[in-house]
Amino acid sequence: MSESMLPTVPVRNEARLSGWFGMWTLIATEASLFVYLLFSYYYLKLQTDQPWPPEGPPRLLLSSVNTFLLLTSSLFVYFGERKLKQDRKKAAVALIAIAIAFGTAFVLIQLKEWSRKSFSISTHLYGSLYFTITGFHLLHVVLGMGMLAVVSAWTAMGYCTKSEHGPVSAAALYWHFVDAVWIFIFGTFFIVPYL
Amino acid sequence: MAEAQAAQIGSIVPGSPEEKRLHEIWEAEPGWRGWLSTTDHKSIGLRYLFTAFFFLIAGGIEALIIRLQLARPNLSLVTPEQYAQLFTMHGLTMIFLYALPILSGFSNYLWPLVLGSRDMAFPRLNAFSYWIFIFAGAFLYASFPLGQAPNDGWFNYVPFSGPVYNVGPNIDVYALGMVLLGLSTTAGAVNFVVTFLRLRAPGMSIPRVPIMTWGTLAASFGNLFAVPAVSLAFFLLWLDRNFGTHFFDIAHDGKALLWQHLFWIFGHPWVYVIVLPAMGIVSMGLPTFCRRPLVGYMPVALSTVATMLLGFEVWVHHMFATGLPSLSLSFFGAASMIISIPSAVATFAWIATIWLGRPVFKVPFLFFAGFIILFVIGGVSGVMTAAVPLDLQLNDTYFVVAHLHYVLLGINVFPVVGGIYYWFPKFSGRMNSEKLGRLAFWIMFIGFNLGFFPMHIAGLLGMPRRIYTYPPNMGWDTVNMVTTAGSFLFALGVLVFVIDVFYSIYKGAKAPINPWDAPSLEWTTPSPPPPYNFAVIPFVGSRYPLWEGRLAEAEGRSRLDEGYLLMNGRETLGTTAMHAEPDAILKMPADSYFPLVASIFISALFVALLLHALIMAITTVALGLLSLVGWLWPRPVLRMEAAA
Repeated sequence: MSESMLPTVPVRNEARLSGWFGMWTLIATEASLFVYLLFSYYYLKLQTDQPWPPEGPPRLLLSSVNTFLLLTSSLFVYFGERKLKQDRKKAAVALIAIAIAFGTAFVLIQLKEWSRKSFSISTHLYGSLYFTITGFHLLHVVLGMGMLAVVSAWTAMGYCTKSEHGPVSAAALYWHFVDAVWIFIFGTFFIVPYL
Repeated sequence: MAEAQAAQIGSIVPGSPEEKRLHEIWEAEPGWRGWLSTTDHKSIGLRYLFTAFFFLIAGGIEALIIRLQLARPNLSLVTPEQYAQLFTMHGLTMIFLYALPILSGFSNYLWPLVLGSRDMAFPRLNAFSYWIFIFAGAFLYASFPLGQAPNDGWFNYVPFSGPVYNVGPNIDVYALGMVLLGLSTTAGAVNFVVTFLRLRAPGMSIPRVPIMTWGTLAASFGNLFAVPAVSLAFFLLWLDRNFGTHFFDIAHDGKALLWQHLFWIFGHPWVYVIVLPAMGIVSMGLPTFCRRPLVGYMPVALSTVATMLLGFEVWVHHMFATGLPSLSLSFFGAASMIISIPSAVATFAWIATIWLGRPVFKVPFLFFAGFIILFVIGGVSGVMTAAVPLDLQLNDTYFVVAHLHYVLLGINVFPVVGGIYYWFPKFSGRMNSEKLGRLAFWIMFIGFNLGFFPMHIAGLLGMPRRIYTYPPNMGWDTVNMVTTAGSFLFALGVLVFVIDVFYSIYKGAKAPINPWDAPSLEWTTPSPPPPYNFAVIPFVGSRYPLWEGRLAEAEGRSRLDEGYLLMNGRETLGTTAMHAEPDAILKMPADSYFPLVASIFISALFVALLLHALIMAITTVALGLLSLVGWLWPRPVLRMEAAA
């Protein structure tokens, strides 16, 4: 790069915002948290003599519906982000709002699922693991919904635009992460007991 | 609004109106307002250094009381319970509240200066990580005056730390305090990683990065993946203690070894987290006093990264005596031996640098050279304990205590003190006293070896670690007396160092811009640097910008007086991750109270959890989240400035 060739630089580069990098590092550390949670689960499960799960394999209907809801909500977020990039603000806000609604349904169904259990967090080892791990995930879903709510509000208020979609993209990334984590948790608690 | 603001190239003369304007843009508000709201990485870095050093002194005083108790057989200066709390607080203070935070202090202060930037990638997050650190420190110490401090050693093994055997608030304080501190560590790690990827001066491609940044970068990546393990372990323990879960509850098929796994999956990477940045300090400072570049920059950088990666595969060597299958022991024993190879690469690079250079025996050089000796001793005793059969003999004896103190003081404290001497002119604008500095070094070096070397012998004689006292006929009397004498001598050396620092801050000679004739960018800024660091963002053409023309291997030419003029509000330059090509002007945030406010609410949440105060917990969560939203609220002011 010689003296005369120093290029001019734009004020923002939406593809490489610091916040975008920051969100990836947050996801890296949060993903490790779930890896350690599942490590603890399998470590304890493999060494126990208790019947596992103590009530037999869990019923699949509600949790499958829930999985479907959560994964679909990711699609809505994906298209919402895309609409914003196409400068269609209202469509973007609407799509993200649908995703939040799906997320809310997931939370309610999960609480319902919890209330159906005959054991609590302190009944036995499985109960401790089940409520702690799904609880951690539920907390992340709520946090992700909060993020989506804030960025969709910012979009409606005109802060997030076609050229400045960074916050929406970051929140969307986090939401996809939360959904991806659920696949592993769903697999662990609902699929593996049937294998 | 994608304004393509053409960044102008130019230069700014000291004392010009442009320089004044930069000053106004970047300066913190005067008085307490600025003090509470500043996001200047230099202020935050110095606060980290001061606070961490304060914890070093607190932990040191605890150690001295321990040493008095052990000076003679059958003493009862403190009660056994007080003794348990003392060694626990000593350990957790040194490991968690001193060793990493002090290095974060260096990195926070120095990174933007050595990378040619005006601040860290997330200045407010930086302030946040400091506030959380100091609140977590206060939290961990809160129960100490009540005689209810953590009392199960810093690695806090179950079942003794569980609800059955430890009924007071002691362990709950430790558990919640560690989760809180983990937030600070993680926030810091995020900041370093993104700063490295994004904020290097144009032209500072990967092979030209100052060597010290590799250590902090590797440590920060390590933290992102390791800290969740310990936060989770402590959180699960807190659930066991407060809500009747069974993770570590052996009676209900929980496993005590799960604690050890989670703790050491974090704990061993952590060892490298608190030594790699310190080794980086040496790799940065030592060559300056050898009047030549570091020998083997590339091997040292690569071995830094390799050490961190291998550091994730050796945790079981803390658990050799727990009855794991011998296949597992062989694997982790071998990995623990292999990890000595990258460490040896760095050691030979330092020795070669001294050998091939023309050493100038200034105070920082003494500390760096002394560090190499201690590092070799600590490294060799580490390889010894990596051998499974020998470890089974040495496990839980004073030999291990000797090893870890050689490693932690040798590789952390000596580089840290050397680093403070090295960058003291930049930190304070003054030169330190060579006389006092030399005195401090020799007292510390002799005191350290006198204090800690005999611990190897005590261990070989079978003295277990953490015992409260011992009978007179064990043959341990002399080694313990010598150790106690050495520890007080070492403390005296630290005192001389502290006196030197305070004396020199007020009475030292004014420091020139580059007193050591060093090669890196921080030495192009005035001592101390102005709030904006660099009047223009420099262009970096080689690994040693200030030694170009003197080195045969000079690759290119840096331009330091002329560069991007960025003065439409707080701005710095974003560059690409590999080649550091100019990519975007980054609008940096203004000072803000939000980091402090958010930290207060988050810390209050942990108090609420400790007290089981449900309403307080809900309130603090709500207020904490609100303050995060306020913190991240889009800033139209900046965009208007940009459009203008």
